[in-house]
Amino acid sequence: MTRRRAALLVRIALLAGLVLLLEICCRTGIVDPLTVIPPSEMFASMIERVSSGELDEGIIQTFSTIALAFVLAVVSGTLGGVLLHRQSRLRDIVDPLLASYYSVPTFIFYPLLVALLGLGKAPLVSLGVLSAAPAVMISTLSGLDGVSPVLLKLARVHRLSPARTLWWIVLPDALPRLFSGLKLALSYALIGVIAGEFILSGTGLGYSISYAYQSFDNRAMYGLMLFVLLVAVIANGVLYVWEGRLARRRSTG
Amino acid sequence: MSGTPGNEPSHVTLSGVDRNYEGPPVVHALGPIDLQIRTGEFFSVVGPSGCGKSTLLDVLCGLVRPTSGSVRFEGKELHGEVPDGVGVVFQEDSSMRWLSVRQNVAFGLRTSSLSQQEIAERVEHAIRFMGLMQFADHYPAQLSGGMRQRVCIARTLVLRPRLILLDEPFGALDQQTRLLMGDELLRLWRETGATVVLITHALDEAAMLSDRVGVMSARPGRFIDMVETRWPRERDSRIVSEPNFGALTARLWSSLREESLKTMGRVA
Repeated sequence: MTRRRAALLVRIALLAGLVLLLEICCRTGIVDPLTVIPPSEMFASMIERVSSGELDEGIIQTFSTIALAFVLAVVSGTLGGVLLHRQSRLRDIVDPLLASYYSVPTFIFYPLLVALLGLGKAPLVSLGVLSAAPAVMISTLSGLDGVSPVLLKLARVHRLSPARTLWWIVLPDALPRLFSGLKLALSYALIGVIAGEFILSGTGLGYSISYAYQSFDNRAMYGLMLFVLLVAVIANGVLYVWEGRLARRRSTG
Repeated sequence: MSGTPGNEPSHVTLSGVDRNYEGPPVVHALGPIDLQIRTGEFFSVVGPSGCGKSTLLDVLCGLVRPTSGSVRFEGKELHGEVPDGVGVVFQEDSSMRWLSVRQNVAFGLRTSSLSQQEIAERVEHAIRFMGLMQFADHYPAQLSGGMRQRVCIARTLVLRPRLILLDEPFGALDQQTRLLMGDELLRLWRETGATVVLITHALDEAAMLSDRVGVMSARPGRFIDMVETRWPRERDSRIVSEPNFGALTARLWSSLREESLKTMGRVA
């Protein structure tokens, strides 16, 4: 068994153990069932809700918003990163701001976003993009910084235009480093949108969780939470596997 | 000291070339250099480390403009752009990790107007020429350093360059591989008929491969000696056992020793 596979199995066993421990604690009354319901019930509640179709609209709404925020964040963050990388003076000014960006709680802007964009999808997408785009920009900058100078020389020897240099050499060379930005962007877009739905939306999964919480419907709340958690883990897992494939081709094949 | 033009027409001509790097302080890296490289010649440049050999190569291929003087390739003056017909192989590994060997080699022709069939033929030929057939679908990470450098040479070959510039291409390889790669390079030079300029720090490599070796001074790099080897065109690494080989290497070293001491901060 490879070391990688062993680590994976131990990881799964650890998570399963924790879930089992929570199950036992809930079933034996060590944890108050009014506070946390057993994981098996969370799972049952999730299946009920997803299969009943009551969540269909919320699922489409929330995940389309997250997808839109993610794509916009990736596009704007990459473009912003490329621009900053080219304009070293601008970068000198912006770099410290970018580094301290995540110390600013983006959510404090939500009243402003609602005032500017109204209720609906736009402020949620904005929150997602505001959360995710700087991560993409930071990883783009570090990715571009790490591009091998000899490859840039090669581009000049082959008389490539700036666009072709970017597309054929710079971005592929930087791709592994850009991936860390993509993974962060997905997480931040998800957090931004779902948290936004909590506070400023009348639809979507975030709103449904918040509604269940306010109605003391623990079963519904935990079922929904588990669903969001699983989708997030799966989406990140897909990126992780994709990244792993790229990295393997570049390291040992 | 200037290069001695032979009977063949000059392929590359450097006239009064100087290269400074902007400061402060301004660094005089190279020159003045007057040099004529003959068409079809195998010309090597040796010099102490930091003497401006790589700067000379950048100037020769048009990547860097000289601060003063001019560089002419096939009679046309270069203006900070690499002209058509020039191929460069760098010291560092410049294979693209995300492309297979075949894709790496074909990269050189991505912007060409050749037909797909012609491109495929040239790529296959270059891969075969460099002995990479078994590895055509491998990725650079699966190859040794020597093999990766072959990929880079093959990528240059598909362009059918008339001038091939190599900047210490075997610097990172072990001695046996270097000798064998030297043989490959000689074969490539003979079969393509291209002019080859090799920058190297290895005196034996320069003596073994070249028609003519230019010895550079410590910075600012100038040519302080030009050595004609007078080897036959048909030659390979076995030439190291020729009686004249030792004398050539010794001559290069005697020219270079004083300059090398200078770069180490010692007086000869």
